[in-house]
Amino acid sequence: MKMTKALKATLLGVSLATIAATGVSAKTLVYCSEGSPEGFDTALYTAGTTFDASSKPLYNRLVEFKRGTTEVLPGLAESWEVSEDGLEYTFNLRKGVKFHTTSFFTPSRDFNADDVVFSFERQLKKDHAWNQYTAGAAWEYFDGMSMPDLIKEIVKVDDYQVKFVLNRPEAPMLANLAMDFASVLSAEYADKLEADGKMEMLNQEPVGTGPFSFVGYQKDAVIRYNAFADYWGGKQPIDNLIFAITPDAAVRLQKLKAGECHVMPYPAPADIADIQADDSLTMMEQQGLNVGYLAYNTKVAPFDNKNVRKALNHAINKQAILDAVFQGSGQAAKNPIPPTMWSYNDAIEDDAYDPELAKKMLADAGVSDLSMKIWAMPVQRPYNPNARRMAEVMQADFAKVGVDVEIVSYEWGEYLSRSKAEDRDGAVLLGWTGDNGDPDNFLAVLLGCDGVGGSNRAQWCNDEFQALIEKAKTVSDKAERTKLYEEAQVVFKEEAPWGTIAHSVVFMPMSSKVTGYVMDPLGGHWFDGVDIAE
Amino acid sequence: MINAGAFVYSTGGHPAVSRQDPLVRHIRTHDMFRFLFSRLGLLIPTFFGVTLVAFSFIRLLPGDPLDLLAGERGIDPERKAQLMAQMGFDRPLWEQYLDYLLNIFQGDLGTSFASKKPVLDEFLTLFPATAELALCAIIIAVCLGIPAGIFAAVKRGSVADQAIMGTALVGYSMPIFWWGLLLIILFSGILQWTPVSGRISLMFFFPQVTGFMLIDSLLSGEKGAFLSAVRHLILPSVVLATIPLAVIARQTRSAMLEVLGEDYVRTARAKGLPPFRVIGFHALRNALIPVITTIGLQVGVLLAGAILTETIFSWPGIGKWLVDSISRRDYFVVQGGLLLIAGIIMLVNLIVDLLYGLINPRIRHN
Repeated sequence: MKMTKALKATLLGVSLATIAATGVSAKTLVYCSEGSPEGFDTALYTAGTTFDASSKPLYNRLVEFKRGTTEVLPGLAESWEVSEDGLEYTFNLRKGVKFHTTSFFTPSRDFNADDVVFSFERQLKKDHAWNQYTAGAAWEYFDGMSMPDLIKEIVKVDDYQVKFVLNRPEAPMLANLAMDFASVLSAEYADKLEADGKMEMLNQEPVGTGPFSFVGYQKDAVIRYNAFADYWGGKQPIDNLIFAITPDAAVRLQKLKAGECHVMPYPAPADIADIQADDSLTMMEQQGLNVGYLAYNTKVAPFDNKNVRKALNHAINKQAILDAVFQGSGQAAKNPIPPTMWSYNDAIEDDAYDPELAKKMLADAGVSDLSMKIWAMPVQRPYNPNARRMAEVMQADFAKVGVDVEIVSYEWGEYLSRSKAEDRDGAVLLGWTGDNGDPDNFLAVLLGCDGVGGSNRAQWCNDEFQALIEKAKTVSDKAERTKLYEEAQVVFKEEAPWGTIAHSVVFMPMSSKVTGYVMDPLGGHWFDGVDIAE
Repeated sequence: MINAGAFVYSTGGHPAVSRQDPLVRHIRTHDMFRFLFSRLGLLIPTFFGVTLVAFSFIRLLPGDPLDLLAGERGIDPERKAQLMAQMGFDRPLWEQYLDYLLNIFQGDLGTSFASKKPVLDEFLTLFPATAELALCAIIIAVCLGIPAGIFAAVKRGSVADQAIMGTALVGYSMPIFWWGLLLIILFSGILQWTPVSGRISLMFFFPQVTGFMLIDSLLSGEKGAFLSAVRHLILPSVVLATIPLAVIARQTRSAMLEVLGEDYVRTARAKGLPPFRVIGFHALRNALIPVITTIGLQVGVLLAGAILTETIFSWPGIGKWLVDSISRRDYFVVQGGLLLIAGIIMLVNLIVDLLYGLINPRIRHN
């Protein structure tokens, strides 16, 4: 305890000196973030708020998403080769990449293959000294992306070459390696912490190669970073980056208006028009890489009949939902992947809103006096800002075709858990925000046979669809993959395991003085390349 | 400290006995200790009750930390079972509870599932912020509530009395979240008199010594830091003080009205004492007895109010920490945090009880 306090005092003192050294004219960008990071070792967590404060400013990955897109670019790896059988990925690492020098660590060497091997093996190997360095370390994203099954071994070929050997070909592998959990940490820093008996500090005082270095975190209040002068991508236009943690959206807006911060995420839908009308503010917007859906339980009658599902889809008035729930900031969904994602099949025709047709289709299927449950999530999500309201609109829509709906809801953890049951009673409102921009991340996770009883809430396992997505996963040619995913979307539409509802628009208000900010389709908040006009 | 002699007179107790009498002093000390031990004795079962409630409360809530961590993706049941076992959550509840109790006696409240830090460390980091806010709020509530209550009692039935009591009723019924936001929009947004949120301007950056920003800003020696801390404290303190202020004002008024009708006040008046002496000395000292109890009870109200106030004003205290932990099902934080807060409330109530016993002889004799 004493040690921590002394360390904090030193750390803050040094940081003060650093800020003082940069002079009073130092450019400081303040970001009013929506919540506190759980820690700074990104791979331990799954929350976007934690990623924004850790992996994005502090670390790099072997490959990176091109800002504003999901295109994969070189990062800490300058180039890579994939073996013909798709089982070996060899990365040629960038030379001369420095780790941050901070008050708590001074690196003696540049980034090399040891850091890559360390960053992945600690998540992969259960007997690794760093696998359980902190209580309850779950490596949830690494496991969730099936990395333990996928990666056979990680081999250091030499100081600047690393080889990932896989158990099976996996086309989205590169995109997976650009995700937050794949951030590269310093093995030298880890060794030092281990030797000092302070392993838990890896999660509290981070050292990376990213554009900003960590200065200090006052829990639930402020996180401070300095621009890293030796960053391999060049020094940032701003000198300091501050996250002012401000949980309430209305208060964030007041701070932005009062000039107490420059950028804020997640404005309240009701404030959007007000922000757009304010000349001192800029409102950026982007189609979110997400989908909100109603998943029928395809294993329970009468929803095991695709004509019943199709009929109900014809009964949903999506425009009414967009108006009532998304307040105009959404787009009707016809496919299970968003239109900004490659392989989106725009040729598919949506099930038009047609209550009369729906009634007829239900009658043809021999269904009358149908009563069903619609599950409404208790939380707000980008793909569904108000599930209860959405369920109420659907309840009214379904009543028009003679279907009686009971709306049910559970506490969020319970909702997630119960909705997985294969014998679940009712259709579930849920959604998904993409992790890596690969269609497999939507189609396999949400609709693949492996997800039945889990993330596949429709409990839908279709042989034709499954064959298409499995093949697409093993093919490296993007054009061929595109074709396969387009076909899979045709099968999906025909079988209708979901009512596809909407893709939302994400808004990002900021001071008009902020330049160079690029919105991330994956929902992250990045500040490299951002400047403040004088 | 209130002079015990005043109560010999006020309660009509033992006017013939001198307060200097050693026998009387001995009896009083003996009474006080007996009173102290009886109150301390009550703390033990209360403590066990609190541990049981804190432990079972979070476990009775549906959902668990792993489901919430995995989100929409979900978690493989086998892997979930493995992780639950790893964290010891698969053992019988009574065994987990006993472990929890044993660890408490060793000063270990467990480790946060989210931050991976010891719960006690987190509490100690955040508690000064809540304590500073609560202290300022209670000072505002007492300094304004008691005079307002006295004034309303003295001017009973007047327009001023009705205005004060009407305002107190409004304050008591005020939805904190709405009230906080309203003040921010008015004073920070439109008038720009106070900052919107936070504890100090971001340009100040100095080591935390006590965790109390007012003190740390003074210790830092940085020009303007203290003033910045004060400006940041104004709105959240006012918001948090609103309900206790209303309660204290109403309580003071009714206690004063009761006391003002007593014989000894009439006697004091008949003796020709000036009104300020009758009210401020004879009446107020007795009227304060129930008010002190009320102030003690406000500690729980302040901590409950702190949850909302901290969220609105981005105040890094224990209220928001606990709420976040409940929504994450961070078992150890919730059970540890609740225990520590209950401990503080019990301690404050004990002090109030003792103070009450000290100033009101009837209580300790009983």
